[in-house]
Amino acid sequence: MSERGIQWFRFTAPANFYDLAGRLIPWFAALTVALFGVGLYMGLVVAPSDYQQGDSYRIIYIHVPTAWMGMFLYVLMAVYAAIGLIWRIKIAEIMAKSIAPTGALFTFLALWTGALWGRPTWGVFWVWDARLTSMLLLLFLYLGYMALHAAIDDRQRASNASAVLAMVGVVNVPIIYFSVHWWNTLHQGASITVTEAPTMAMIMFVTLMIMVLAAWMYSIAVVLARARVELLERERTAHWVRERLEGERG
Amino acid sequence: MKKRQKRLLLVAGGLAGLAVVTGLVLNAFRDNLVFFYTPSDIAAEIVPMERTFRIGGLVEDGSVYRGEDGVTVHFRVTDTAVAVPVVYHGILPNLFREGQGVVAVGSLQDGGVFKANQVMARHDETYMPPEAAEAIKRAQREGARTVAHPEGY
Repeated sequence: MSERGIQWFRFTAPANFYDLAGRLIPWFAALTVALFGVGLYMGLVVAPSDYQQGDSYRIIYIHVPTAWMGMFLYVLMAVYAAIGLIWRIKIAEIMAKSIAPTGALFTFLALWTGALWGRPTWGVFWVWDARLTSMLLLLFLYLGYMALHAAIDDRQRASNASAVLAMVGVVNVPIIYFSVHWWNTLHQGASITVTEAPTMAMIMFVTLMIMVLAAWMYSIAVVLARARVELLERERTAHWVRERLEGERG
Repeated sequence: MKKRQKRLLLVAGGLAGLAVVTGLVLNAFRDNLVFFYTPSDIAAEIVPMERTFRIGGLVEDGSVYRGEDGVTVHFRVTDTAVAVPVVYHGILPNLFREGQGVVAVGSLQDGGVFKANQVMARHDETYMPPEAAEAIKRAQREGARTVAHPEGY
């Protein structure tokens, strides 16, 4: 490539990425613990109960961050997968693969907490409405992505094939988001939108945002840690790996 | 053209095509993706009368009464335009109350009564402490009074 002069390309060099990620992870981990601590305390103790649902609404402080994260991470995974596929940047391929398990975990948690919330409020754990069904599809897309990646031995072919699956699956994300808007669903509409003021008390909103940030910090820390390990494995014969591992040992 | 640009075009073109296809499919299935029908749909006779379906709407104010056996409940589901009488035999969810959203599963009987086998409560996207809800109610009452007052003179 002739445009090697661009500075930020440096961070796509494996050794630089490895070092930078190693330095960042402790910070994100510390922020995760702090924000989850504050958020959970505010959600369970400080925030008032709801006028309709009483205390069962407090599941929102887990449910909404996990659902958002599941959706955000899918888009992020697809973007990395596309960058990896088009520009053949190894770090992007690794990031896409590293995001998948965390995204799947969050999606599963969103479905699980949603069921626990649905039983006391709606009266049922599960219904096949558009929101719930499209969210279940998101979980299957994550699982399919991981399965496809694992099923192909050749690294490059595995990355390419699963990248296509990841990109195709992106159409599901706007469907999830707008499902409550487009169709009659049992699930209620969005409380928080870009264009309008949130339809929830300020203290509840602030608490929710703290939990959302905590979920972000957790995701960054875990995904970077996973990407580092993946990188070491792929580059195990490279000089920089030997250099660093020997340095750690000595 | 470089290989990289070719891949970019291929991916962009593929995704654009996929988006169009998805849009068309969703548009075609629009009516089949509804989770419940509204009372107006029943009035317009676009619901599958012969099989089980769901209706949704608000529980009409003042329409709920319980049968003598204590577990049979009669109420009306309204979308503010049309109201449909519903009869249900069983335990209602906690959030079931007048003026609240509800989805009932069952079928339409002769005489236009909807016989429900299952009733689910719907809640809206508003969350607030009970005191705030109380304050809003009070403000609405007082607002109504101040508006009504001049006319009373």
